[in-house]
Amino acid sequence: MSARTRISVEEVRHVARLARIEIAEGELEGYRAQLDAILGYMAELDRIDVAGVEPTYHAVAIRAPLRDDRVRPSLPRDEVLAAAPQVEDGGFAVPRVLDT
Amino acid sequence: MSDETRWQDARALRDRVVGGEVSAEDLVGSFLDRIEREGERLGALLHVDRDGALAQARRVDGRRAAGEVLGPLAGVPVAVKDNLCTRGVPTTCGSRILEGYRPPYDAHVVERLREADAVVVAKTNLDELAMGSSNESSAFGPAKNPWSLDRVPGGSSGGSAAAVAAGLTPVALGSDTGGSVRQPASFCGVTAIKPTYGRVSRWGLVAFASSLDQVGPIARSVRDAASVLGVIAGRDERDATSADRPVDDYAAACERGPAGMRVGVVREALGAGADPEVIAAVGASIEALRALGCEVVDVDLPHAKHAVSVYYLVANAEASSNLARLDGVRYGLRVDAEDVETMTARTRARGFGPEVKRRIMLGTYALSAGYYDAFYLKAQKVRTLIRSDYDRAFERCDLVLTPTSPTAAFALGERVDDPLSMYLADVFTLPPSLAGLCAISTPCGFTRAGLPIGLQLAAPPFEEARLVRAAAAYQDATAWHERHPA
Amino acid sequence: MASATRWEPVIGLEVHAQLLSRSKLFCGCSAAYGAAPNTNVCPVCLGLPGALPAPNGGAVELAIRAGLALGCTVQLESRFARKNYFYPDMAKGYQISQYELPLDTDGAIEIDVDGVTRRVGIERVHLEEDAAKNLHGSGGGRTTVVDFNRAGVPLVEIVSRPDMRSAAETEAYLRKIREILMFAGVNDGNLEEGSFRCDANVSLRPVGDERLGTRTELKNINSFRFVRMAIESEIVRQEAVLAGGGAVVQETRGWNEASGTTVAMRTKEEAHDYRYFPDPDLPPLVVSEARVSAVREALPELPDARRARWQRELGLTAYDAQVLSSHPRVADYFDAAATALVSAWGEGAKPDAGKKAANFVQSEILGDVSIDGLEARFPVPAEGVAELLGLVRDGTINSKMAKDVLARMRASGRSARAVVDEGGLAQVTDAAEIERVVREVVEASPKQVDQYRAGQTKVLGYFVGQVMKATKGTANPQIVNELLRKVLS
Repeated sequence: MSARTRISVEEVRHVARLARIEIAEGELEGYRAQLDAILGYMAELDRIDVAGVEPTYHAVAIRAPLRDDRVRPSLPRDEVLAAAPQVEDGGFAVPRVLDT
Repeated sequence: MSDETRWQDARALRDRVVGGEVSAEDLVGSFLDRIEREGERLGALLHVDRDGALAQARRVDGRRAAGEVLGPLAGVPVAVKDNLCTRGVPTTCGSRILEGYRPPYDAHVVERLREADAVVVAKTNLDELAMGSSNESSAFGPAKNPWSLDRVPGGSSGGSAAAVAAGLTPVALGSDTGGSVRQPASFCGVTAIKPTYGRVSRWGLVAFASSLDQVGPIARSVRDAASVLGVIAGRDERDATSADRPVDDYAAACERGPAGMRVGVVREALGAGADPEVIAAVGASIEALRALGCEVVDVDLPHAKHAVSVYYLVANAEASSNLARLDGVRYGLRVDAEDVETMTARTRARGFGPEVKRRIMLGTYALSAGYYDAFYLKAQKVRTLIRSDYDRAFERCDLVLTPTSPTAAFALGERVDDPLSMYLADVFTLPPSLAGLCAISTPCGFTRAGLPIGLQLAAPPFEEARLVRAAAAYQDATAWHERHPA
Repeated sequence: MASATRWEPVIGLEVHAQLLSRSKLFCGCSAAYGAAPNTNVCPVCLGLPGALPAPNGGAVELAIRAGLALGCTVQLESRFARKNYFYPDMAKGYQISQYELPLDTDGAIEIDVDGVTRRVGIERVHLEEDAAKNLHGSGGGRTTVVDFNRAGVPLVEIVSRPDMRSAAETEAYLRKIREILMFAGVNDGNLEEGSFRCDANVSLRPVGDERLGTRTELKNINSFRFVRMAIESEIVRQEAVLAGGGAVVQETRGWNEASGTTVAMRTKEEAHDYRYFPDPDLPPLVVSEARVSAVREALPELPDARRARWQRELGLTAYDAQVLSSHPRVADYFDAAATALVSAWGEGAKPDAGKKAANFVQSEILGDVSIDGLEARFPVPAEGVAELLGLVRDGTINSKMAKDVLARMRASGRSARAVVDEGGLAQVTDAAEIERVVREVVEASPKQVDQYRAGQTKVLGYFVGQVMKATKGTANPQIVNELLRKVLS
């Protein structure tokens, strides 16, 4: 990683697209500068030798308990749809889907 | 009812209800009245469920009238952080994106509270989606510190800590990902326990960082915190990370006394960074513990200084994924658009505040192609080194002692524009979280300006009994926890 | 050198098969198909804030069984990972799948194409949850309506190695996978309802080259015929691109039935960055050696093994074995009938019993079987077939009468013996009784007697028919023949 700029405006735009958050052009540089400062601080990790070290995905060693294959009651549909912004034909309606 | 109940602890209130001295309905009603009078000024509460609370109180009274044995929190009013789902009662997480959202189910801990005959009276303010250390990122305005209204109460469970400190409820639930019950407890002069990862079910806790989140009690005494922990701890098959281990008798542990316990002091933590007043207060607490019969040893956590970097990579990577469900499709805010993609992008643009957006973008970046190994994976490996430090430390001691926060409560607005300085405020609470330990924060003094200072004790996984054993004796000996804001 | 490059197609397949568990992969909602929209949903499969996944042991067991049936090694520790992407049918904004450490690895199956047997490697079989279903809403396509009933239904994704070299091989592979999964009882093989579906990766390389060419991914091909046609068409298309000096573009393409060609699908460039990471809500999936052994022990006999056994022990032809293994319940039915026959007739009669059962099931039963997923309904129980064939063998009824008895068994639900007894259908073997009828018939047909005696011996058939008619088919045809010859001569 370069010692100066760690993240470009183009990368911020890309990340915002991946995260599906609309960011106005005028805001991009502000986010870039903040992320750059944070990533700059985090660059301290570069100096740590982790050769042969396993990652900790779960802080406490556990295994997934397996549940019995039994059907339990679902939620009443009215309750499920009550929170929906738009409902049509018993389903969650959204504006048209562009990509496939 | 007068103000006499205000500073009574949960166990005393419960005894009065069980003994028939006061009905749960009257007791809860008096707290609700106080909340209505004083709540607004403090900004600690986002929603007060008066009808639901009184209905539950009447159920408790009915059970008593029917001669049933009442639960360990009978009639006790509890405030619950607004990222814990409450069926039919707004659960906003302090975010516009969930404004008005009413979940169709209760969080596990809320079920447990009701089963213990407690009464959930209100939902407390928090940093938006639990992301923050000051409560200032709440979309509905910050909660304030009852000791000084121009100070932050800490975060993210700032509303819960402020409510308990101000006597609006005797106990509250918060959630702790990197210090979110301990740091606000420290800032507000109250007690909080961050349970071991897996000790309390996360079912119904709106996830911030799934590998770190835990629900924890906030109270004005260790004993109250211990009795709430006893209620909420234990296995829940809906959470695959919930531990299948017996729950210790925390109330009994509070009475056991700390003689013979070995307290490990992290000297480095008392050196660089912390405020001198904090260092002095914590230094005095070490002597107090020694006087109670504890042995004090020095321990070294050489990798703990990397916890801020590790935490903000791991937690935000998980958060970027956890918060993807807030897409405007099934619930919450929707900003209309011609196509679904733009709808979701605009909904999230308007629904999230700047801190949440920053963290989601940072987390997305850390997981994205080309950066995963350098950021996310690297952070998880350094996390292993931090855990190993604790493994070694706990070979020499039973508890690890540090300040909870390097400073007392800072001023509202002081750090909003400098995210990194805000993150550095969590330097002592993050390492135990990353290692999956349990930890407690208890008041250990005050600054000259009259602001509370907190002491943090951390113990190995599932050793919560050790925490309350030492902290209860410490509170008996010092009484810092008995001071109340004016 | 002007010689044109010869291209070799390289094809790999990703099959998604729904596991036949009762509940979904991470919640207790019913996994059944066909309920009213959004009625089999809960906080987990709707991705409500605060909901958490709890893995279904039954689905894990089915995925182990699938892996074993496909010759895989079951990993005692595997891991769930999140595949992150936004789509309205993806409730949580990510799919829980397996990435770095899948449950089953390194399997293989054999396929037969034009008499040649080939091995196709299976790289991995992993568990994952299905997405919801997007339905077309009203308003002229301005809205989409999402039904989350299917969201969270357990799937296995079976990833082959790029071992196939033609559309015909690919189709054979796909049919074989479906057959194995159905016989293993893990999937119902229903392409129409989408419980069995596949994507194909197709590339070309110069014959003799080891490196793989740029591939395209063919999505959502929902019938065997379309798989073959889509791959054939895609091979032709890529050949034309390469022959023209162009380069194949790595992209996703769909099969267009109307034009008979594949067409590029619009996808977003960032959609490919799925940001996989281990799901922090789910600890490692640990299965014990004992559990894997138990699943292996209980694994039903797979179709290739069955067909080989039938040919070896019961003397069936390859063709008969293929027909009788068209569906796992048909195979079970035939096995039950053959087993009952063998136990009645003795080990020595095995090939005879096998052939008789095979012929009878194919000619009299298969036409009346109704199949629904992994279930099948038969006109009579397999034991009834065995009993019926036993009555033919011991001469109680003749083989012509067997059809009639079968029809009566089916109508009445009674056993073959009961039907024969109650209908008086047992064969008459009493020579005196038959001779009485023979004489009656002969006396009543002087013209035919003259013809017979004048040397037209084929009128014998007429007499046989008359005797059978008079005895309602119960007379033993052999005895009838002998007596007629005696009486007429």
